[in-house]
Amino acid sequence: MSTYRAPLRDMQFVLHELAGLADIAKLPGFEDTPDVVDAILEEASTFASEVLDPINRTGDVEGCTYRDGNVTTPAGFKEAYHQFAKAGWIGLPVSPEHGGQGLPQLLLGPTLEMWNGANVGFANGPLLNQGAIEAIELCGSDAQKHTYIPKLVSGEWCGTMCLTEPQAGSDLAAVRTKAVPDGDHYKISGQKIYITFGEHDMAPNIIHLVLARLPDAPEGTKGISLFIVPKILVNADGSLGERNDVFCAGIEHKLGINGNPTCTLNYGEKGGAIGYLVGEPNRGLEYMFIMMNAARFSTGVQGLAIADRAYQSALAYAKERLQSREVAGKSRAAAPIIKHPDVRRMLMSMKSQIEAMRALSYVAAASLDLAAKHPDAAVRKQHKAFIELMIPVVKGWCSETATELCSTAVQVFGGMGYIEETGIAQQYRDVKIVSIYEGTTGIQALDLVGRKLIRDMGTTATAVIKQMKKSAAGLDESNADVAAIKSQLTSAIDLLAEASQFIGMNAMSDLNRAFSCSVPYLKLWGVVAGGWQMARAAQISAAKIAAGDADPFYAAKLITARFYADHVLSQSLWLHHEIVRGSASVMALREDQFDLDRQLLVTA
Amino acid sequence: MVIPEDRQLNIVVAVKLVPDTNADKRIDPQTRRLVRSAAETVLNPFDEYAIEAGLQLKEQLADGSSVTIVTMAPESGKEVVRKALAMGADRAVMLSDPAFAGSDVWATAYVLAAGIRRIGFDLVLTGTQSTDAITGELPGALAEYLGVPGLTYAREIHVAAGRVRVKRETDTGYQTLSAPLPALASITKSAAEPRFASLKGIMAAKKKEIAVLRLADLEIAQAVGGDGAKLEVTELTASPARAAGKTVTAADGNAGARTIVAFLKERNLL
Ligand SMILES: Cc1cc2nc3c(=O)[nH]c(=O)nc-3n(C[C@H](O)[C@H](O)[C@H](O)COP(=O)(O)OP(=O)(O)OC[C@H]3O[C@@H](n4cnc5c(N)ncnc54)[C@H](O)[C@@H]3O)c2cc1C
Repeated sequence: MSTYRAPLRDMQFVLHELAGLADIAKLPGFEDTPDVVDAILEEASTFASEVLDPINRTGDVEGCTYRDGNVTTPAGFKEAYHQFAKAGWIGLPVSPEHGGQGLPQLLLGPTLEMWNGANVGFANGPLLNQGAIEAIELCGSDAQKHTYIPKLVSGEWCGTMCLTEPQAGSDLAAVRTKAVPDGDHYKISGQKIYITFGEHDMAPNIIHLVLARLPDAPEGTKGISLFIVPKILVNADGSLGERNDVFCAGIEHKLGINGNPTCTLNYGEKGGAIGYLVGEPNRGLEYMFIMMNAARFSTGVQGLAIADRAYQSALAYAKERLQSREVAGKSRAAAPIIKHPDVRRMLMSMKSQIEAMRALSYVAAASLDLAAKHPDAAVRKQHKAFIELMIPVVKGWCSETATELCSTAVQVFGGMGYIEETGIAQQYRDVKIVSIYEGTTGIQALDLVGRKLIRDMGTTATAVIKQMKKSAAGLDESNADVAAIKSQLTSAIDLLAEASQFIGMNAMSDLNRAFSCSVPYLKLWGVVAGGWQMARAAQISAAKIAAGDADPFYAAKLITARFYADHVLSQSLWLHHEIVRGSASVMALREDQFDLDRQLLVTA
Repeated sequence: MVIPEDRQLNIVVAVKLVPDTNADKRIDPQTRRLVRSAAETVLNPFDEYAIEAGLQLKEQLADGSSVTIVTMAPESGKEVVRKALAMGADRAVMLSDPAFAGSDVWATAYVLAAGIRRIGFDLVLTGTQSTDAITGELPGALAEYLGVPGLTYAREIHVAAGRVRVKRETDTGYQTLSAPLPALASITKSAAEPRFASLKGIMAAKKKEIAVLRLADLEIAQAVGGDGAKLEVTELTASPARAAGKTVTAADGNAGARTIVAFLKERNLL
């Protein structure tokens, strides 16, 4: 099994030349970023390769163990977590006021990619700290900020997100966990399931952020509030006090990410867990939606990261494995399989889509920074809209594409891919979760079509399509590859515009039809927006080459972008067909007709 | 000079910037020197052990003692030096002057000694060798020019009561040596594993000082650079390409097994 090597050069390229690091460095507080970015990339990659990667496979094999309410993480996880925390990585995007380093969200792109590429089971932990920090920073009281944030930033304590319940998964409006006022706090009771790192041995305290309902809360989404429920109550002086009434009733056996525990948490079995309201009553889901952008972006990056890790392994294997003579060669000897055109196609398919995902997700991350910090309100608004539209695309498209690419990586390994010891099988199992948690792909597509397209009356989508068109029109045709990419991209954007219009039209008459192909529509967005970024990359590369730049990276980028245009952007044709011609057949079969194929036909 | 027990120590770690061992190396046939490009320059990996030892001493003493990095290198190496600061060193001093170019190990030691005297020191730490020149002579030469005891090949180092004590690695075992400060010690790879630079370290390093001293800033009483070198490289030849290996596969059957046995016997391995 190969060790993880971060794609540092491509990360640098995307940060500087596509995501506009120089513009981010003009935002207040980010002036020093360019000075430290290379050191951060280098050190994060060392940490990922030397600390996180070695416990990736062992964490998968050993898994977590549950006993009497306690959970033990795999060997080395606790130590790695302490090292990670001590180095200050949790606080990367957190403001210095709270003990963080105050760096742009943009840098979460490469760093999250490295943590998750090296060890996704581990990387979920620090991500949850960042989520909890963001929630409290955004809506907590000063006292809550003071009590919890510094310890979550330093990593002394860990965080969780407790949303899901047996009857409330995709639809959080169905949350039933109760919160009853009791003096200056609330008594929480109910059951949460599937809680990542809900209980473990990596830190002395766990700060649960819990969605629950007040007794008088209205039905549905507007009746849910957010609470802080510490595993161990915190005394006024900050020291740890009594154990709170939250109990881990068990952990799941699951397909992948075995390095971390997925827990069932029972609140209030002994009369009620003490919880503290965050922000105002009944606004919990609203707060969650504000945080959702960062969390969903991170999940998309997780997909990209695992796919890149799988691609790396597949590439190494393809260079080593000798099998079959070359189809166009004279030698009868077995060649490394990388010589075979079909293996090449698989590798290019992975490489090109990974680079497109990286480009699109980092560009989206830069918009998170611009939306938050740009001095001009109009620019902030424009980036905010871009982000709102792009987040479900980054989350949904990256996670679905990554899942396909991990399958492709297994395919490159042939039979060895199916055998656990190569490690590629783990990637294949691990990656599947990213299209499920933080909102399934179906839910991302619902968000894209329902909230971001229909409710917005297509305003943002139209603006981004216009922006892409302008970008495509500016592509310089003097380079043959760029010219070919330009023509592919231009027609793909037109198809996206048509599909958007089709869905918009149906929204007025037939909602089922409008939503039937919401996932293909989301993928179409991903394919086209990814193609847009690859076209920009191609243009930049062609210009460098024309100017005499001999860095072979640019030549490779240009070829990769051309491959993407021909093999991936071309998917826009069938995605468009699926949406426009295929929407009607999705709901055509009656529910009872699904079972007709299982009934033995009895002829008299 | 006797150093009082309660005084904070000036620990100075001398480091070298070397070409990345993974990078292609090219030798200029005219000057017979390595062509150095800033992009592929790294901290000599052996020196990271000396930095680690210095940082651990500082942490153990916890009395405000400091670690200063010193290197003789062109200013283009500043970002590499910053890595040592990101690991936790307090400040760095670069000895940079075109006049220093072409130094051999002796000329380097001479200039480093001048720089270190200018900085002020109680304990100088070095690695045991560099990955590019691999002479392993610098620690001895530097101790000599500084006029202090040189305790080489230390795998453990302690400072107490104005003295430094090391556990020295030899081919046959260990020696424990002790000397009064000021002194120099070279640290082996079997001392502690160097730490990673942390994110906090990287951010803090940005604000730390990297001072540059030129020839004129130092007390120099002899020729330096190429003129001060005692060694002259008279010829350079590439090492011969390794001969192709012999492959034995299962298909060779017993004959293959005999080949392997003969091969091992020839080398007294069987
Ligand atoms: C390993 C793991 C870790 C997890 N970690 C956490 C955690 O830390 N905290 C937490 O709170 N939760 C966590 N979850 C829960 C996760 O977020 C949910 O499983 C997820 O949101 C889906 O909910 P569900 O399982 O109830 O599926 P369901 O909601 O039942 O969905 C089943 C299917 O129906 C589709 N569907 C549902 N509603 C719609 C709709 N309106 N339109 C179209 N399609 C729809 C879905 O797309 C899906 O395909 C975790 C889950 C797992 C497996």
